[in-house]
Amino acid sequence: MTIIAENPIKAVAAPSQVQQKVIDSLNRRHRKENLFRRLGLTAVLISLGLVAVLFINIFSKGLPAFWQSAVTLDIYFDPQIIKIPPMPQQRDDESDNDFRQRHIEWQTEIGFVNFNRLITDSLQKVLPDANKHRRDLARVVTSGERFALRDMVVADPSIIGQTRTLHLLTDANIDVWLKGNIDRSLPDEQQQLSAKMREWVDKLSADGVIQNRFSLALFMNPDSRSSLASAGLAGAFMGSFYMMLVVILLAVPMGVAAAIYLEEFAPRNKITDLVEVNINNLAAVPSIVFGLLGASVLIGWFNLPMSAPIVGGLVLSLMTLPTVIIATRSTLKAIPPSIRQAALGLGASKMQAIFHHVLPLAIPGILTGAILGVAQALGETAPLLLIGMKSFVASIPASPFEQASALPVQIYLWQGNELRNFFEARTSAAIIVLLLMMISLNGLAIWLRKKYEKRW
Amino acid sequence: MSNLSLIVVLLVLLALGYQLGMARSRKVATVNSDLRMHSRPHHYGMMVGLWAVLPAFFILILWLWLSPAIINSMMLSQLPATVLALSADELRVVSQRISNLANNFGVVADAAQWELDAAEHLRILKANSAMVLTSLMAVIAAVGMLLSLLKITPRLKARHQVERVVKALLILCSTVAILTTIGIVLSMVGETLKFFSYIPPSEFFFGTTWNPRFSTVGIGEQGSFGLVPLLAGTALIAGIAMLVAIPLGLMVAIYLAEYAPVKLRNTAKPLIEVLAGIPTIVYGFFALVTVGPFLRDLGAAIGLDINATSALTAGVVMGIMIIPFISSLSDDIITQVPKSMRDGSLGLGATKSETILKVVLPAALPGIVGAVLLAASRAIGETMIVVLAAGNSPALTANPFEAVSTVTVTIVNQLTGDNDFSSPQSLVAFALGLTLFVITLLLNVIALVIVRKYREQYE
Repeated sequence: MTIIAENPIKAVAAPSQVQQKVIDSLNRRHRKENLFRRLGLTAVLISLGLVAVLFINIFSKGLPAFWQSAVTLDIYFDPQIIKIPPMPQQRDDESDNDFRQRHIEWQTEIGFVNFNRLITDSLQKVLPDANKHRRDLARVVTSGERFALRDMVVADPSIIGQTRTLHLLTDANIDVWLKGNIDRSLPDEQQQLSAKMREWVDKLSADGVIQNRFSLALFMNPDSRSSLASAGLAGAFMGSFYMMLVVILLAVPMGVAAAIYLEEFAPRNKITDLVEVNINNLAAVPSIVFGLLGASVLIGWFNLPMSAPIVGGLVLSLMTLPTVIIATRSTLKAIPPSIRQAALGLGASKMQAIFHHVLPLAIPGILTGAILGVAQALGETAPLLLIGMKSFVASIPASPFEQASALPVQIYLWQGNELRNFFEARTSAAIIVLLLMMISLNGLAIWLRKKYEKRW
Repeated sequence: MSNLSLIVVLLVLLALGYQLGMARSRKVATVNSDLRMHSRPHHYGMMVGLWAVLPAFFILILWLWLSPAIINSMMLSQLPATVLALSADELRVVSQRISNLANNFGVVADAAQWELDAAEHLRILKANSAMVLTSLMAVIAAVGMLLSLLKITPRLKARHQVERVVKALLILCSTVAILTTIGIVLSMVGETLKFFSYIPPSEFFFGTTWNPRFSTVGIGEQGSFGLVPLLAGTALIAGIAMLVAIPLGLMVAIYLAEYAPVKLRNTAKPLIEVLAGIPTIVYGFFALVTVGPFLRDLGAAIGLDINATSALTAGVVMGIMIIPFISSLSDDIITQVPKSMRDGSLGLGATKSETILKVVLPAALPGIVGAVLLAASRAIGETMIVVLAAGNSPALTANPFEAVSTVTVTIVNQLTGDNDFSSPQSLVAFALGLTLFVITLLLNVIALVIVRKYREQYE
């Protein structure tokens, strides 16, 4: 009887056999319903969790790489070591060629100056037993920093004979050691640093001579293979910048123009249908196929330079074009025909109705589509590999026609570097930079959409 | 003048013509105050500007296209007979040297007297060419501007002329997409045919070993180019990706469309779509340094031998990437199913899950199949994840725990290696590209047809 009292349906009277069956099946069905609902919620939570894992993983790996070990030294620009003639000036009676020759000779002469001596001399002052380990001494500071010293001298020769306090990046292996990215208990032969060096580094770090400083090198320097600690993103960033410039200048206006024609002017016939199907398919063609197109047509037939941002920009433009066209068309479609009819009714030509009335209303939607297209192009890697942008470029490109890398390609190159302990973090840092750029682009698109969104 | 400054001058001319045309049309209007002008003043301005700039621009393009070859042949014709007797390749080196001398670019060591003479000649020719071009453009622009200014009368249909030019521009832009497709097909078919002149198609399509070797190896043993292992690897990875993405994506779509409160839906949907915007290289890196080692350790814990870079790693990460494609598209399709169908089912006493499983999903099935096909074509064409995480070992295997290779990875490998561009080792990349293009095209066309049919059903 207690069972009946608990169940309101059964409370009236004892259930018949049929009623009992219904109740059982109802309970079963409700259990299934709950299970199904929970499955759905789990799927949503798993997906959100994956987003979180991805971001937390990348950020926790990459954020430490924005700070790098740097040793603070008083560098004396010793005139005994830096013996160079003054920089040559072009004489009036001298041809460009001769002057360039003389300038190259002068640069060669500077190249012979042992700027590393400046660094080792100053290190000796902080390390008492330095003289016995000269080989190690030369390796404390990453090799790229001597070029920074050279550039300082070239930019301002009056610095010779003076002392400057500088923060110089340490070797990549020292950074790895200090950040604990290598097991400190490993035996000597498996360590990248000699025992003496490890002792020095720990001492300097304890003395505060070596500190973790925000690394400008990551942003200001181009890629480097000889001096891993000073490898930076500047070259790749400029390469990506030029490519995005090409995409913005080519794909966006062309895509918008094409969309205007197809949506507003094109007669509805077989040809327009074909163009439409074609554009939809082009949007779904794998990006690597565009790379093949660039390799065979742009480089093979038109003889454009390999690895140049202009070629990359052209390839990415072709790839983004369908995205821009589709976004613009759907925006134009959403603008009510009454706007066009009102303009036409007042005597405007079709061209005037579209350019003066429809297009201004469509601009927020077009911008959103264009920004999303540019963001997509910014993250694309595969087609760039095929047009030679995989090659190592150690300079910052000054124009879109020079060899360059790109941010995603730089990530690809860095993840393959042999010094995994150091480059895993640096690659993640590069990914963070790329992701932040994409997030801000997408944020801008969302903001534009929210701000100007209109429901007709 | 450099070409860039010529273009800047053209833009200035456009502005000038615009202003002159407007001024002129206003004057014409005041003189003939009894007649109404056909067009607005800015139309006349635009027309004059276009007449000034467009013909000159065409001349510029034509000149830039044709003049280098003409100048080079003029320069070569002046060279001594002994030099002209050289082969075509050597002659190209000679003209490169001379043009370096003429441009003062790079210090060319010990230039002979005849080279210096030729360089001087080339310099003069180039200067002349630039001068002729500039003056020709100036004359044409001036004539165009003057004639069109004089043509301005109240009856001149300036607006029609301008609009015709604008429309021609619009049409030109919309043909670019078609030209791209034609370019893709033509270039790839061309290179593929070249490849098939080395390797018969039957060997390519049905061969079961992939071992292209290097281009230096003699014709007798040029390696084997069998597509099958690559296709199998592609299918294996795409299959794993779909196994991950379809259940997750579909359940997400169902929950967000049918169960979730509006607030959850509005936050969860964009957050999940973030997955679609992340560059594939980032997924590749994630797979390589996180998912791969994790799966390997997991496998070791339960006694399975899983490679860190394997079909499983690449497939799982690719599946994560594809979740939003399936969930967004399916969500759209599920919400399109008419409410009356749900109400009918609920009214007969079905639970919500029964309604979804027995009424909504069957109705939405064609659309969902379309979405899945689109996602599959995405998975097949995906490159960077597989390049980094699939292990690149073109062996024919059905074991997801082993390293495999795919069509896309092989394209990257063959074209970024040290192969000669006209060797079969490089050309095979285009044959693979064409295969990939055809497969994804077929999937897309089928998917689009299905989705479109489905839309019509409920509109």
